Amino acid sequence: MSDLTTDPYRTSLRTAADWGLVAIALPTLAALALPVGVRNGAVLGWFGGTMAPLFLIGVVLAVVAGASAPKRVWGAWAELAGVALAWLLPLHLLNEGLDLSAGWGLWLFLAAATLLLWRVMGVLAGVPGWTRSVIVPGLFGLGLLVGWEVLVRGFQVPAILLPPPSRIAAALAANAPVLWDDFRQTVLTSVLRGYVMGCGAGFLVAILADRVPFLARGLLPLGNLASAIPVVGIAPIMVMWFGFDWQSKAAVIVVMTFFPMLINTLAGLGNSERIQLDLMRSYAAGYGSTLVKLRLPNALPFLFNGLKINSTLALIGAIVAEFFGTPVVGMGFRISTEVARMNLDIVWATIAVAALTGSGLYGALALLERVTTAWHPSMRGR
Amino acid sequence: MTFPNPLDVREATASRQGSDRAAPSAKSPVVVEARKLSLVYPTADKPVTALSEVDLTIARGDFVSLIGPSGCGKTTLLRVIADLERPTSGQIAIEGMTPEQARLKRLYGYVFQAPALYPWRTVERNVMLPLEIMGIARAERQARAREQLERVGLSGFERKFPWQLSGGMQQRVSIARALALQPDLLLMDEPFGALDEITRDHLNLHLTQLWRATGKTCVFVTHSIAEAVFLSTRIVVMSPRPGRILDVIDCNSLPRERTLDIRESPEFAAIAHRVREGLKEGHSYDD
Repeated sequence: MSDLTTDPYRTSLRTAADWGLVAIALPTLAALALPVGVRNGAVLGWFGGTMAPLFLIGVVLAVVAGASAPKRVWGAWAELAGVALAWLLPLHLLNEGLDLSAGWGLWLFLAAATLLLWRVMGVLAGVPGWTRSVIVPGLFGLGLLVGWEVLVRGFQVPAILLPPPSRIAAALAANAPVLWDDFRQTVLTSVLRGYVMGCGAGFLVAILADRVPFLARGLLPLGNLASAIPVVGIAPIMVMWFGFDWQSKAAVIVVMTFFPMLINTLAGLGNSERIQLDLMRSYAAGYGSTLVKLRLPNALPFLFNGLKINSTLALIGAIVAEFFGTPVVGMGFRISTEVARMNLDIVWATIAVAALTGSGLYGALALLERVTTAWHPSMRGR
Repeated sequence: MTFPNPLDVREATASRQGSDRAAPSAKSPVVVEARKLSLVYPTADKPVTALSEVDLTIARGDFVSLIGPSGCGKTTLLRVIADLERPTSGQIAIEGMTPEQARLKRLYGYVFQAPALYPWRTVERNVMLPLEIMGIARAERQARAREQLERVGLSGFERKFPWQLSGGMQQRVSIARALALQPDLLLMDEPFGALDEITRDHLNLHLTQLWRATGKTCVFVTHSIAEAVFLSTRIVVMSPRPGRILDVIDCNSLPRERTLDIRESPEFAAIAHRVREGLKEGHSYDD
């Protein structure tokens, strides 16, 4: 074993070299021999008149700076600059009018840059605080978006199949007023009302079922049944019952969210320990004060579980229900009509809005949970 | 519902002679009185007798320990006193009332085996919990909580959460919480059972000083002979299957004021010996 621990002078070949960097350098060297793209039918190499060599030099300088940095974290930031530069190269080449789909030298180079990013993330993920909790996931997401952009544009994937993120962002900006109206109709009107009604009803019925045992016995099997109901089945029925406007969407959401909330609340109410209940009994505490001072606080993690599950269910429910009739506004309506008109950019923009809304709701609830249940073993020390 | 028992009453009065603390006037000298108390749990195969014909009288100001091996019904007896279990037969009176009436009047404070603190409440708010339930005004709640926390030596920890405290400190909070009710009767179910011996010695010393300072009646469940002898004015030795009382030992030969070195005295050894013999006798019945 010639570990760092047993070999402080790093004399063995295994520890003397940075093998990770070697593994990255080898495909890069191989890439130099391959073309980066095709312009007007002519295959171009690395030195075929583009700025590619400058990018290459920049990346090499960044890696050298990273390797010679006095601290590994500083080195990681320098290497990150190299990765950014490497992924800017295909964008530059696309601007130059090159067809990249046969530029295997470029793709190999980008694969090596991705390995370098892996290395950087490995270091940054070990830095506590904001770096680990915000910057690393942020870089990860950004990396996915850039990869998506470059691959889709480089291989000329038809926009009808998958548009690059830049086009989705452009569609988002160009249609902002329409998308805002859809958001207001679907999220601010239907989802919020249905969510509050569904979760509120589930919570109140759970409190009631906790006092009246036969209700719990009767309702829990129904909960399983309700969770198996297909949304596309009940949505048209609810539209017939409650009309085109938000009421029918709210009704679908209530059906979808009621039982998850009921089941989670019941589980939470049953979560108090015997000894805690005995304590309340020894104080001659009534049902009400036992509920408020002991059982509901104990149920909080379960309540938040239900609320978080329901936040995504509600959004899905509203969008699907809008497929079956709505005033001419709403995210579900927008998706169904724009798909028919082959306006896939707007569809993707709507999907982006829905995804961001869903994660926003979920994130807000998770934050609230963290504030209110900081005492819970699963939250302590976070 | 009182059961006059001249013998026990005389004994209780005698035990208090020589003590400088006068018994509270206008209150009966008997706090807990049990007659032919039995409790049978129905189980799947056969009923389990947790308590069998238990007779027990606890006088005001006494420190009574219930000792015995696990399954002897000592915790069950304490829970019957606290109205956390209902006896199947026999009679029991707390201050002349049924256990339920006593519980509803909040006559006792109960310290459980585990601290049973609510993790979402700070130490101070945990101690204030029973007072909130009693509907006591906020200012007084806080004053009483602070007073009791100071009494158990935890001033300065009011704003901490229970899980930031050591096991011994948590149990002291739970004692402060029981004291905040200002009960005359303190019921303790192996409160120090989960703690290491050094902490336990320390808390025992603390408890006996607390008992002398407040003059409360204490019923203390333990399976440690040394702990029982050190703390008690009377020791009730119990035995399992069925749970019953074998012996009641008076500790009047020990001074009412206890320090850790009385454990070296011959009187201490003599009482500990008698307890051990009693426990042995209980075992020979089953084996």
